Amino acid sequence: MSHESTYVPGSAIERWLDKRLPIIRLGYDSFGDFPTPKNLNYWYTFGGILSVCLVIQIVTGIILAMHYTPHVDYAFESVEHIMRDVNYGDIMRYAHANGASMFFIAVYLHMFRGLYYGSYKDPREMLWIIGVVIFILMMATAFMGYVLPWGQMSYWGATVITSLFSAIPLIGDSLKTLLWGGYSVDNPTLNRFYALHYLLPFLIAGAVILHIWALHIPGNANPTGVEVKSKKDTLPFHPYYTVKDGFAIVVFFILFAAFLFYMPNSLGHPDNYIPANPLVTPEHIVPEWYFLPFYAMLRAIDFNFLFISSKLGGVIVMFSSLIILFFLPWLDRSKVRSHRYRSTAAKLWFVLFVADCVFLGWLGGQVAEQPFILFSQLATAFYFIYLLVILPLLGLMETPKELPKSISEDVLSNTKKKAAISATPEPVAQPAE
Amino acid sequence: MNSVSDTQPSVGDHGEETTRRDFIHLMAIGATGAAVLAVGVPAIHQLNPDASVRALATKEVDISAIDIGQAIKVMWQGKPVFIRRRTEEEINAAGETPISALKDSKSRNENLTGSEEATDTNRVVKPEWMIVVGVCTHLGCVPLGTDEGDSRGEYNGWFCPCHGSHYDIAGRIRKGPAPENLIIPPYEFVSDTVVKIG
Ligand code: HEM
Ligand code: FES
Repeated sequence: MSHESTYVPGSAIERWLDKRLPIIRLGYDSFGDFPTPKNLNYWYTFGGILSVCLVIQIVTGIILAMHYTPHVDYAFESVEHIMRDVNYGDIMRYAHANGASMFFIAVYLHMFRGLYYGSYKDPREMLWIIGVVIFILMMATAFMGYVLPWGQMSYWGATVITSLFSAIPLIGDSLKTLLWGGYSVDNPTLNRFYALHYLLPFLIAGAVILHIWALHIPGNANPTGVEVKSKKDTLPFHPYYTVKDGFAIVVFFILFAAFLFYMPNSLGHPDNYIPANPLVTPEHIVPEWYFLPFYAMLRAIDFNFLFISSKLGGVIVMFSSLIILFFLPWLDRSKVRSHRYRSTAAKLWFVLFVADCVFLGWLGGQVAEQPFILFSQLATAFYFIYLLVILPLLGLMETPKELPKSISEDVLSNTKKKAAISATPEPVAQPAE
Repeated sequence: MNSVSDTQPSVGDHGEETTRRDFIHLMAIGATGAAVLAVGVPAIHQLNPDASVRALATKEVDISAIDIGQAIKVMWQGKPVFIRRRTEEEINAAGETPISALKDSKSRNENLTGSEEATDTNRVVKPEWMIVVGVCTHLGCVPLGTDEGDSRGEYNGWFCPCHGSHYDIAGRIRKGPAPENLIIPPYEFVSDTVVKIG
């Protein structure tokens, strides 16, 4: 639905510019008049929230970079210097650290939204794939950023995660040395991580542009999963969704502010306030919360399988759990997009899957002992079984409910239902949304 | 394509024939490929350890102050190395462990080829001194067991708390996710009290 442009340059300057670089037209067509399904709910506001998160990370990040020193002897000190001496430095650092957590909260909700409403299905496969690329880039960025303060968790997290590469047969050890630039995580490692941590967010920004481009070809999906049929099904993005997204962003900021101003350290690990010490490993290495589900899967494989060692097995399972997301559009065989019109069984399995991911996250924070290892193995197995077996089978076996003929019809019937239930004396149809 | 080739009389209708243009394409692609390689190799290789890192490759340690039953940690190449002076009982216990009880049966001794059997004798230069790189072969944590009061694990050697790997008194993996025995770094005794690592 790449729609006809309706932009009319208002002034002589705009007309002049429009002939040479139609950039205002691009903005207007994308975020002004863009026809958007009129039934989007708040689950659809996370895209806007994510864009704001990215901007916050880039702005606070560049500010921190002006005061930070990427050297093993000074990194920790320079972060303390930011916290104690730099004007508003503590706020900047806390905003960046908690901002990363907020970013991941939003991206996980955004992704589960996609899963529930089948947003990745034809014709939005590329949109989904670019989303997964963004997600992986985000993880890489956050991982390298966490190394920069050079605390104990920074150092040991970096050691454990980069050592994963040594599991690769034949080239593993050389690859690890190449990544480290030495024989252990050290100054060269810190330097390159800093360079990359600065670079990757801009790659993410580029990928977000592709993501939105891919969104604007078919246009937004929506909770019914029924495509837009006519102009009646849509509203112009501005003011309807600028306001809705804006409201959601404000609510999101309240949550952010609660962390930032009242519990800025609650999501971090206290050990990262101990300077890195290559001779002493912390008792219990835990990554940041948003990596925990994947960490649980990594540790779940504590047995050799055929010729695959437990170490390589863990790495394969962890990376597969991400790679598999690329194939979701083809694994889901459902005839309808949205879970709204799918069988109760499909909904229940979906809820179990979400619970499984949360459970994995909890397990990732536990010590690597029984019974947690067994639980991690079961939860990991379910993660893959859901995506590889249950999802495809459900789609083939179930009979979906009847879809509404159009978005408008659905919106109107909802309004009528609501009016009937509330049975107030004034059953006047309200304007949709 | 056609607008260009129309002006090229040599192309004509012999679409299949090799033309001078094909040759130019081939050469251009080849040269670009070579250039990418020539730029790519330095661009990647710069990531490898630099000369100053490689220069720190050896280290001499005075071991005269270590009593029987004690152990120390020293840094070598940015990694901890454990030097333990073992007791008589510990040496005997390590010698009696059958190879069949080991998870990794290779010596991992860089003073030898590394692939002979992981007997205690193949893991030492002098039986009294057990010298291993203190990096867990799982994901690189520093196992406990060197400092006084540390947990030494179920096999009385070293214990890696990260994911629960137990090493015996010869630094051999006995239980847990680590795949290999602790590595024995290359070393030699310069005198009775000084050992050179690397
Ligand atoms: C920096 C991270 C991201 C940003 C800034 C971003 C931005 C956006 C925006 C602005 C939208 C349109 C509004 C909406 O529907 O929410 C959108 C839609 C979408 N995003 Fe993302 N996104 C990001 C990451 C991801 C990830 C990680 C995935 C999934 C793997 C994903 C999957 C999707 C899908 C499937 C849609 C289409 C939703 C629909 O129209 O039904 N996005 N994204
Ligand atoms: S790093 Fe030692 S057990 Fe995992």
